[in-house]
Formats: sequence, structure tokens, C-alpha cells
Amino acid sequence: MRKILLPTLIIAGTLLIIARLFYLQILDDSYIKKSDNNAIKIKYDYPERGYIYDRNGVLMVANQPSYDIMVTPNEMKNTDTLALCGLLNITREYFNQRLEKAKVYSPRLPSVFLPQLSKKEFAGFQERIRRFKGFDIVKRSLRDYQVHAASNVFGYIQQVGDATIKKDPYYKSGDLIGRQGVEEMYEDILRGVKGVKYVQKDRFNREIGSFKEGIYDTVAVQGSDITLSLDAELQKYGESLMFEKRGGIVAIEPKTGEILALVTAPSYDPSLLVGRDRSKNYTALFNDSISKPLYDRGLLAEYPPGSPFKILTGLIGLQEEVIDENTSFVCNHGFSYGRGAFMRCHDSGNNRLHEGIYKSCNTYFANTFKLTIDKYPKPEYGVNAWSSHLKSFGLGDFLGYDLPPGRKGLVPTPKFYKRYYPNGGWRSSTIISNSIGQGEVLMTPIQLANMMATVANQGYYYTPHVIKKIKGKPIDKKFTTRHYTSIDKQYYKPVIDGLFDVFNLGTAHHLRVEGIEICGKTGTAENYTKINGVNTQLSDHSIFVAFAPRENPTIAIAVFVENGYWGARWAGPIATLMIEKYLKGSTTREALETKMMTQGLKAEYEKPYSGLPFSINN
Amino acid sequence: MKNQSVTNNIDWITILLYAVLVGLGWMTIYSASLPNEETSIFDISQAYGKQIMFIMTSIPLIIVTLTADAKIYDKYAFIFYGFGLLLLAGLFVLGKTIKGQTNWYSFGGFSLQPSEFAKIATSLVLAKFLSDVQINLKNTNHQLLAFAIIALPVLLIMMQPDAGSAMIFVSLSLVLYREGLPGWYLGTGAIAIVLFLAALLVRPQFVILFGALVILAQYFVTRRAMRNPILSSLIFVAMTAFVLSVSYVYDNVLESHQKDRINVLFGKDVNMQAEGYNLNQAQIAIGSGGWFGKGYLEGTQTKGGFVPEQHTDYIFTTVGEEWGFVGGIAVIAVFITLLLRIIYLAERQKSKFSRVYGYCVASILFMHFFVNITMLIKLFPTVGVPLPFFSYGGSSLWAFTLLLFIFIKMDANKVNEW
Repeated sequence: MRKILLPTLIIAGTLLIIARLFYLQILDDSYIKKSDNNAIKIKYDYPERGYIYDRNGVLMVANQPSYDIMVTPNEMKNTDTLALCGLLNITREYFNQRLEKAKVYSPRLPSVFLPQLSKKEFAGFQERIRRFKGFDIVKRSLRDYQVHAASNVFGYIQQVGDATIKKDPYYKSGDLIGRQGVEEMYEDILRGVKGVKYVQKDRFNREIGSFKEGIYDTVAVQGSDITLSLDAELQKYGESLMFEKRGGIVAIEPKTGEILALVTAPSYDPSLLVGRDRSKNYTALFNDSISKPLYDRGLLAEYPPGSPFKILTGLIGLQEEVIDENTSFVCNHGFSYGRGAFMRCHDSGNNRLHEGIYKSCNTYFANTFKLTIDKYPKPEYGVNAWSSHLKSFGLGDFLGYDLPPGRKGLVPTPKFYKRYYPNGGWRSSTIISNSIGQGEVLMTPIQLANMMATVANQGYYYTPHVIKKIKGKPIDKKFTTRHYTSIDKQYYKPVIDGLFDVFNLGTAHHLRVEGIEICGKTGTAENYTKINGVNTQLSDHSIFVAFAPRENPTIAIAVFVENGYWGARWAGPIATLMIEKYLKGSTTREALETKMMTQGLKAEYEKPYSGLPFSINN
Repeated sequence: MKNQSVTNNIDWITILLYAVLVGLGWMTIYSASLPNEETSIFDISQAYGKQIMFIMTSIPLIIVTLTADAKIYDKYAFIFYGFGLLLLAGLFVLGKTIKGQTNWYSFGGFSLQPSEFAKIATSLVLAKFLSDVQINLKNTNHQLLAFAIIALPVLLIMMQPDAGSAMIFVSLSLVLYREGLPGWYLGTGAIAIVLFLAALLVRPQFVILFGALVILAQYFVTRRAMRNPILSSLIFVAMTAFVLSVSYVYDNVLESHQKDRINVLFGKDVNMQAEGYNLNQAQIAIGSGGWFGKGYLEGTQTKGGFVPEQHTDYIFTTVGEEWGFVGGIAVIAVFITLLLRIIYLAERQKSKFSRVYGYCVASILFMHFFVNITMLIKLFPTVGVPLPFFSYGGSSLWAFTLLLFIFIKMDANKVNEW
């Protein structure tokens, strides 16, 4: 008995130790994490963001260095707050607020304390950084815009938000991420991959070398440059033509679907959203709820398409064989489509399709639309056939282009009208306004431009896109796939002939450009807004669509000018100047160009906000 | 007698286990004290370089111990003991005070910790005393003498103060038990430890109430004839006094760092950056080792120097971190094999002197091993005791070497004819 006590104690003690070691080393894995937090620091190497070029190789977006001051709360020691605030020119409140925020994010990871210092500010701080323990400087690259236009296409970069950090482990506090435009769409390509370095720290938080000789480290991968289909000159030109106007211009190369220009007005200089004034400027842009400079009208504004829609009405009529080239309708300044229901028309006479188009005769297309819908035993079937033709042009849905924002527009379906008229009783004459692009149908400028590209191609389109080349990577296949419409190729020719004579005999004859055969269509769309809850009509939208040249078209364009009155007044000149600029490089119509660049519709836009009664279309 | 050659009768297994421990110890010290720049392994300015010197100087010490006449330990035991006490007492005059503790003699670059050697001297005297045929541990006077032999150095060490080293001497009570000390001493000691911990963990009133219930139950369970109300009452009073004095001592006598160590152990709220730092870092280092560890020289905690005193008392944290659970078990296995081997050898001694001494060696080594490791894994309050043969330090390595090889010499001296 006395002999076995010590051996028993030894064995029992050992078992106790082993059990405890098993718990510490095997069962409880929290120590592994604690150990990494203790001893390993992760350092990032941020690669330079890829450059952005235009279709002609013009550098549009480059980079400039910027410096963020980071803070790691746990590492702060005896900070001379007063001196720091003075040095950085910040207030005590800002200091406390940022520090609090940093502590919430993580006490032992660096967070941004003061973002985006310029090189000069950085130089002043760099010498003194050592005095402030826990503060550190990280170099990042910011955008440097060579082109002061196309902000809606570029988008911008900003510090990544908390929600994204939670969702995507790639991003850490203070990282930059592309927002809107191609910066967002091609974020993965532009940003590259940041390099990660694991550094062994000692207990004083000093770095004492790389962890495991760097076997886990990764090298930063440079962001790839991208080339956009945009023509920087044309884009700038378009933005200057939209002087003090609201609306959008979308120009597309029909044979590729490449977007040549995507203008929204009003717009802003992309360099406003770079640097320390970024948030101030952004707030100002964001708060402008009247002219909405951050709202991309080219992609988002859903307008009634007006007369350009007659092109589609005509094409559908031909395809449905309710008219042919020689079908004619008599117009007597209008069309009586029901008892006491009359659609006015500025025209009169006996028109065939050709005249109908270049004269923009409402009567002609109202008749065509009525025949199309009434061809079927029930209006539901008619509308169904009609809307599926429209959908083959990519209408009523997102087009699938490579920019983040979008609207579907509206192509009414039988279902839509069943909801609209719950008691039934609707028929072709009820919805006849659609024939001339009023009524329920809505389109965005890019949909309208794409429609013109489709007509130019006589029956197919490529999904519009702004990407042209990615270094070392092909572009998405969907941008090189043709989408055919449900209208046979043969029916496009008479319509195109009509569009050509718009410039010779029709509504845009005074907009003819020497040496370029343009096919186009004017549009004037009635529109309403609510003022203090009262539905009030505003001046018509000025609309113009075109493509050129007639043979082998290289540009299709849609222009919307909000409340610009008739189509040939603002949109027509802008569209033809754009075409001229793109095809010839300059214009001979300097007076018209000057007018567009110096005259706007400021007075028109102020009317609804004046609080006074106002007249429209003058 | 014939065959007096030292090498023939030596227990090579023990020596092999010793060599393995010293070798592994040096490897671990090398990892724990390796600076970040390139150095030679013989660099005297580094701990591992010095440890090589200590190991090499142990070899002549071993040779002398093994070749000297075994009789001197028996003959001069009291002289060694007296010398040991003198060295301990001399500390108060000549010793060097570091962090409030006067544990060391320091001459030039060389230091000596007399408490390490006092363990050997005390073991020898205890062996000498108990091997006397006239001594019987059933006899109260003899018991008191035996206690006094142990208590004398303990008192001197407590005055340095060095609670860790003093605690080691408690293990010698196991030797007394083996040699006939009545069991209730150990029983009482064990109960006292339980009461001590209970008094610190819960309110003393609850402990006293629970103790009273146990005594009452015991009283009524025993046969009527055997009941002794006076004894039971005395036990109750003693227990109450003990529990209350533990609380009193904790609140009024213990110094704040000692309280902190107890609080850290019990996980009461402590600041992990201050008093809880060492133990927390030790836990992290060991806990992050996993099954197989991070690899030799690859421990991030070890490299970063997060665990203070890692090459001395905290050396096992490097084992845990770099060699993991499996490596730690292997080291522990070597240790207990050595301990059990010593006990086995002690039990086969013909001479009572050798047996008692062997037992002392096993008890002291076990106490060091147990207290050192349980302290690191938060099963025992932090007290500074080295891990035998493993921890860095000349005094401790030489003392443990001497302690062990004296026994190896006695064992080799099979005849035990004196």
C-alpha cells in the first residue's frame, strides 16, 4: 500500500495533464485564432487599378497616388491628440468620431482614419507619423480623369461599405471599390488582386520577418486595362450639345452593338468624385433632386417614344400583312376612330406608308395599328401578337448591356390591359394612342437607339455594350450574338426609304447634312407631371432618332430633350450634329452648333416650380 | 568486493532518459531563445549557447559523482545539510535581490541558487535519519524530528521568499509516508488542501456548513460505542478555524501578486494585459499547437517572444506550440518513465538509506514536473519552479544532475555493504 502511493500519484497527475492538454490543444480551437491575432500581421499590397481607354485608344481614366491615414486603436499610445488634430487640420470631434468608428470595426485591425490625402499633405505628415503610435499611412491609387465627361459611363470608386465587407471577404475596411458604370461592372478586371503578406510580429508588435519565409504570401496582380467602345470626342461633343438641357443621347454602332456615346444631361465632371472633397461633392449631386445629375437619363428615363414608334407600328403592320407598301389611308387632319373620338393630325391627303413615315401622319399609323389588332378575333390576341413583335426588339425588358442601371420600359400586354380595364370592354380603339408612341408604351433612350440600330441592320441587333477590349481576355459572348427580330428583312426596306425622305421631303428637311445620307424620324411626345397633386401637362419632349449613312450604317442614334417641344427643334439638330461629327469629324453648320451649345431650356424647367400658371409648347 | 568498476553496475536506462531530456531541453531552449539574426549555436551571449556550456560542465560533475566513494553521502550527510542551511542563511547577507526575492548568489557573471542544492542535502539527511534502525515513524518524537529536518530549509526558503521552491519540499512527506508515517497525516493534508481551495472559491460560511454536515453524518454513522462527541467537536472547531483563517489570510496577509495568481487560476476577472498576461500567453502558445504543432522553430508565439521567461519556467509552452499534443505527450512519457524507473530502482535497494534517497529523488522530480506543467495549463497557481533537465539554467541543471547521479551511484554500488 505504502509502495504504490507515489506511482499512483505520478500516473494520476500525468493523466490529468494529458486530459487538460487534450482540451487546450485539440478540443478548444480558439487558441489558434488568438495565436494568429497575436503573432501574425496581414499586410496588403494594393495593385494599380486598370486604365480605361476609348475606342480610338485615347486614355480616358488613369490613376494618381493617394494616401490614407489608418489607425489601429489597440496600438495607440500616449497620442498627442491636439498635435495630431493640428497637423491634419481636423477637429477634436472628428478625431473622436473616427476613433470610435475604428474601434467598432476592430480594435486591432487598421481602419481608415483620414482618407485620400494629396501628395503634398502626405509629405507633411510622413515625417511626423512616427510620433503617433498606432497611426499608419497606406498608399492607394485614385482615379485621375483625362476626360472630363462620361461620368455616367465611368462610375466612380469609393471606400467599400460595411455591407460589402460582410458579404465579400476580399474587401477590408478602407479598400476601394467601383460603384456605378464600368468601374462597378468591370470591378474584378480593373482592380486586379491585392497582394497579401503575412508578417511575424513580436510581443511589442514589431515586425520581425515574414511568416514561414513567405510561403503563404501572394503577389499583387495588376488590374487589367480596358478599352471602351465610347468615342471620347463624340461623348464630349454630345455633352456640350446638351447645354442646359435635360435628356439623353445614345449612339450605337449598328454592326457591333457598341455604344459610341451615352450622354445624360445634366451631368457632372467625374473628377468631382475624387479626393477629399468627394463626399461633399457627392452629397451636393445627390441632393439635387430636381435636375438629378446622378440619374442616367440615357438608361433610366422612361419616356413615351412618340412618333419614332411609328416605325415599329409600320413594320408590325407589314409583317402581319394588314398593310403593304401600297396600302393608303385618307387623312383629313385626323382620324375618327370611334364615336366622338378623334385623333388629330397635322397632315391631310391620301398617304401610303412612304408618305406616312416622312410626313409622320398619325392617321396612317392609327389605321395600321387598328387593322393589326383587329386582325385577330379578340383584342387580347391582337395585343399579344403586337407586343411579342415589340419584345423581339428588346423592348419592355432590360436590354442586358454592361452598365449597372436600367429600366424595362413598358410594352403593354393583354394582361396589362385586363388589369387596367378590370371591367373589360377595351379594344383596338381604346388603346389606339400606342400606334403613335403615346398611350401606355414607354421606352428608354437606349431602347430607342437600339431600335434604330435594329432598323439599320434590317432585322437584328447586338446587345448594346460599352466594353470593346479587355486586356488578355475576350469580352462576354452575349455581346457578339445577334438577336433577330420577328420582322422579316424585306419589310425594313420601305420603312428605311420613308426614313430617308424625312430629310428630303419630311419633317427634318432643313436638317439635311451635305454629303451624308441620313435616315431619321422626328418625335414629339406629350407628357405630364403632378404639380401639387394635379396632373399637369408640360411642354412636349423633343425626340429624334436616326442612323447613317443609309448604306452600311455606322451610327444609330436616339436623342431625347425633355420639354424641348417638337422633334426637329432640339433633338433633331443634336442628332444630326452628332452624326456629322462622328462621320466627318466636324460640322459645316456652325450656327446651329453654337445655338445648341449656348442655348438651353432653363426657363422651361423652372416653370413647374414657379408656383405660377404657365403656358406650354411655346 | 569484486567488480567495483563503476560502469558495470550503472543503470544505463536512467542515464539514457536523462540524456534524452537534457537533449530535448536544449533543442527547445534553442528555439525559444533563438534571436532573429544568424548566430552560432555556441554563442555565449544567447541562452542556448550558455546552456551548452552548462551541459558540458555537467559531464565532469557526473564523472566525479560516479567515481567518488558512495560512502561519503552517508557519512557526511549532516555536514552537507549544515552547509546547505548555511548557504540559505547566507543569502540574507550576500544574496542578490531580484524583484523582491533573494534567491541567488552572484559572483561576476556566475549565479548559484542554494535552494536547488538544499534539496539534495535535505534528501541525504532524511535518508540518513530514516535509515537509522532506532528511528520509527510511529513515534511522535521521531515524527517531529523528521518534520524539523524538512521544515528548517523550508523556513529559510520561505523567507527569501520563494514559495515555489518551498513547495517542492512538501513532496518529501510522501517519502515519510512510504517509510511508515501514519496515513492520517497525508489524509489531513489532503483535506486541508480541499478546504483551502473551497474557502477561496465559495463563501467560507458554505464550506463550514458543508463540513459540519459531513462531521455530523460521520458521527451518526459510526457505532454508538465508538462515538466520541469531544473529538468530533474538536474536528469541527479545527475545520472552522482553518477555513476562516484561509479567508483571513487571503484577504489580509497575501500580497496582491499572490492573490492575482490565485485569481488568474480561478478565472476571476483579471486583466489579460497585466497580471493575467503570462498565463494567457502560455495558454495561447500551447493551445495553438494542435495535434502535431507548428513545427520545430516555427512557433509563432515562440518566435514573437510572447511568452515571458519562455526558456526557463515556461519552456513547456514551446514544446506544446511547436510539437503539439503528440510531442507534448512524448516528452511527458519520457519524464514519467524516468520517475517510475527511479521508484523501481529505489524499491530494489537493499540499503534503506539508498531507498529513502531514491524516493526523495523521485518525489522532488515529480513535484517539479507536476507543478511546472500544471501551472502552464492553468491547473495550478503560477509559482516559479523549473522543469527538471529541460529549463534553462546552470544551477538547476547541475543540482538535478547531482541529485539524480548520486542515486545512480548508490544504485550501482549494489552491495550496499556499509
